[in-house]
Amino acid sequence: MLRGAAGILPLFIFLLVALPVLKVLAEVAVPSLETWRSLGPLLPLMLRNTLLLLLGVGAGSFLLGVSLAWLTTAYRFPGSRYFEVLLILPLAVPTYVLGYVYMATFDYAGPFSTAARQLLGITLPEIRSGYGAVAVMSLVLYPYVYVMARAGFRQVSSSSIDVSRVMGYTGLETLIKVALPLSRPAVAAGMALVMMEALTDFATVRFFNFPTLSEGIIRVWYGRMNLEAAMELAGLLLLFALAVVSLEHRLRGRAQYFQTGGGMEKRPLRGVRGAAAAVFCASVLLLAFVLPVLQLTLWALEETAAPSASPEMYLQLLSRSLSLAAAAALVCVLIAIVLAGVLQLGTGRVVRRLARLSTMGYAVPGAVVGVGTLGVLSSFDHRLNSLLEGTLGFAPGLIATGTVVGLIYAYTVKFMTIAYSAVDSSLSRITPSIIGAARSLGARPLEVVRDIQAPMAVPGIAAGAVLVFVDVMKELPITLILRPFGYDTLAVWVWQMAAESLWGGAALPALTIVLAGIIPVAYIIRRGV
Amino acid sequence: MKEMRRTLAVLAGLLLLATAGCLTGEQEPVGTQKEERVAEAKEGGVVYVYSARHYGHMEPVFEEFMKETGIEVRFTFGKDAEIRERLKAEGRFTPADVYIAVDAGNLWLAAQEGLLQPVESEVLERNIPANFRDPENRWFGLTMRVRTIVYNTERVSPEELSTYEDLADPRWKDRLCLRPSTKVYTQSLVASLIAAHGEEKAEEIVRGWVENNPRFIDSDTRIIETVAAGGCDVGVVMHYYLARLLDRNPDLPVRIFWANQEDRGVHVNIVGAGVTKYAKNRDEAVRLIEWLSSEKGQRLFADGNFEYPINPEVEPHPLVKGWGEFRIDPINVAEYGRLQAKAIQLMERVGYR
Repeated sequence: MLRGAAGILPLFIFLLVALPVLKVLAEVAVPSLETWRSLGPLLPLMLRNTLLLLLGVGAGSFLLGVSLAWLTTAYRFPGSRYFEVLLILPLAVPTYVLGYVYMATFDYAGPFSTAARQLLGITLPEIRSGYGAVAVMSLVLYPYVYVMARAGFRQVSSSSIDVSRVMGYTGLETLIKVALPLSRPAVAAGMALVMMEALTDFATVRFFNFPTLSEGIIRVWYGRMNLEAAMELAGLLLLFALAVVSLEHRLRGRAQYFQTGGGMEKRPLRGVRGAAAAVFCASVLLLAFVLPVLQLTLWALEETAAPSASPEMYLQLLSRSLSLAAAAALVCVLIAIVLAGVLQLGTGRVVRRLARLSTMGYAVPGAVVGVGTLGVLSSFDHRLNSLLEGTLGFAPGLIATGTVVGLIYAYTVKFMTIAYSAVDSSLSRITPSIIGAARSLGARPLEVVRDIQAPMAVPGIAAGAVLVFVDVMKELPITLILRPFGYDTLAVWVWQMAAESLWGGAALPALTIVLAGIIPVAYIIRRGV
Repeated sequence: MKEMRRTLAVLAGLLLLATAGCLTGEQEPVGTQKEERVAEAKEGGVVYVYSARHYGHMEPVFEEFMKETGIEVRFTFGKDAEIRERLKAEGRFTPADVYIAVDAGNLWLAAQEGLLQPVESEVLERNIPANFRDPENRWFGLTMRVRTIVYNTERVSPEELSTYEDLADPRWKDRLCLRPSTKVYTQSLVASLIAAHGEEKAEEIVRGWVENNPRFIDSDTRIIETVAAGGCDVGVVMHYYLARLLDRNPDLPVRIFWANQEDRGVHVNIVGAGVTKYAKNRDEAVRLIEWLSSEKGQRLFADGNFEYPINPEVEPHPLVKGWGEFRIDPINVAEYGRLQAKAIQLMERVGYR
């Protein structure tokens, strides 16, 4: 009985979660040439830009992330203890928020460019360009590489480093020839996360006039309500995402490097070199986090003098964002518990595979999830309505696409991965032997649940819930595609205000999102960077 | 144990928030709730509006309407394409009685898709010139928005300016600021070029713009600020964005130029409204649109955003009145909708961003 249910449940969850992605995949399998032709010369441009963005942001994040990670793990220099931790902070800033701050301050009419022209007589390069998009996105996304690379570097044993130094390698050579190859799997995982974020973003690239596939999906859906064309583009975007995933797989390979002995010893950097390292870290931190947040705060303060939206408006946006995030977190965690629990009962290989596959949503760009969900749900809605109208004589309206139901479903597809890995890791710590030990000491089954299982599982479950919560608050493409009519959230508001050059109006909602984003960052910091 | 209790408390809080959110979140477009409200406000009645016009400008207008007529206005904001999609999806179950759109192209599409119903009204026919309403009376213009040329007064003299077409001349190379093709304003402007010259000639003109290497900025306000800063000499924007900025800072070195005065006239677009096909409060809906076209309604509706009243009897706001009279392209604005798809494709062909 239990075994039967245990088999069916993961299958059901898998189907539910995979449906939107399968819908999009089916769309690529049968490409509609006519739709492609209707996109005209835009299509090659978007393909080119998507590729350039991936390469550019990949390279930028790699250089920033690896160099900062190497400096802070291998050396001691003024402030290094603080930089170590603070350099993760940009992770709290969504790409579109940094994008809008940079657009407002660095474009031709912005204060920086104006000052540069007036004081120095130089014209800064055009920020509304591919270069601008790559620079801004690398600044927010490098922490993924940074965190992973540090984890990798710290596992490189001191003996490997010592050998390299005895061989006469300089610090840079040690990094390139020893530390980096040994941490390849970790760095590859970080790079994959960066690239997925770059694929998902549509707002920053639109601010910077650099249309990519994600931008194209929003363009044809939101602008022209052309679901077919949006689906075709989503299919192409999905192919890019799959390429990134398989590339990561390749890079990681089967390699698992086991190193013995403690991590490397930090060597001091003195004088000019120490100062240079500190200046480098400080400027990245300033550019990616401190200055943008200061600017947002200034705008928010200016805005209080002549607010463009009422306080009630802000509270309404806030409560919508919070309740959406809470609902999605709850659903994700519940499903994750079911999935992880069932799998720990032990099931067949096929079920196991399916369960793993149901958590692949994180690798699927937001716009793909959004459009795929819409495709699935709108036909569901229409069929349900005609069915009920035919049999019962009433139509319930658009249950899935007209309410937050569809939105929460799509969030679940995208973010279940996060909840699942948190829940699974905490559940798997509760081994049968622990339970057996408790039982043999005389605990009754309910006492085992209350005193052993729940306390051991709850922290992981809570962590999963918080991570999903924050990701949903920041989320933009899915929200934009699936939100019920007139249902603005903080993220949507930031995007709309920023698109209208109402920097002040976007500031407070943007700050709120950044503040929420600091929660998981603090969590990473507490667990040790 | 303590930590666990705390975490449980957090989870419980999340659950509460979630349920509260789901319960309160979806209050507007549900049919049953609306029925109750109608029953409540029986004496004056109610009219439900889907509006693409922005926040802030609409509330005072609706309040005044309610004061005068006792009819309560409920509204939901959305982008035009979104509203049309919504109306389509809701079909005959829609709560909306009136659709207010910010571009003639959008109204034309709504009418084309069968989302609006014709309204016979002498008041509307009297107040609104024929080229600003649907030939079949399914929608009506309420205010005018003039999309024209602005220039930096220190770098350009008005004698150098003439027409939209002239901006394709190589002497404007690296001197233009334009709005990207994703914006419906740009699409309608290009549609007006197609209407005036045919597709081939229009393509040549737009290609000329593109070859002049314009700066593409997706905000009329920012275009004007960039013109002021010298980032480009000339931009094409809706007149009211300039009015807003000049209202705040009269010293801004940017002025307006009425394009194409020697030939067909300047490109004018509208904010307009129509009664939805399945409106439950049809009479109130017509009453609202009629009131908006009246002297009082026009004053509030247009002035709040420095737009030109559609009703020729009503004087524009003093700030924009000071910009003088101008000749308007006499084309029926419905053409912008009919040619919108062509305009988009044309811009994509010539690489207009």
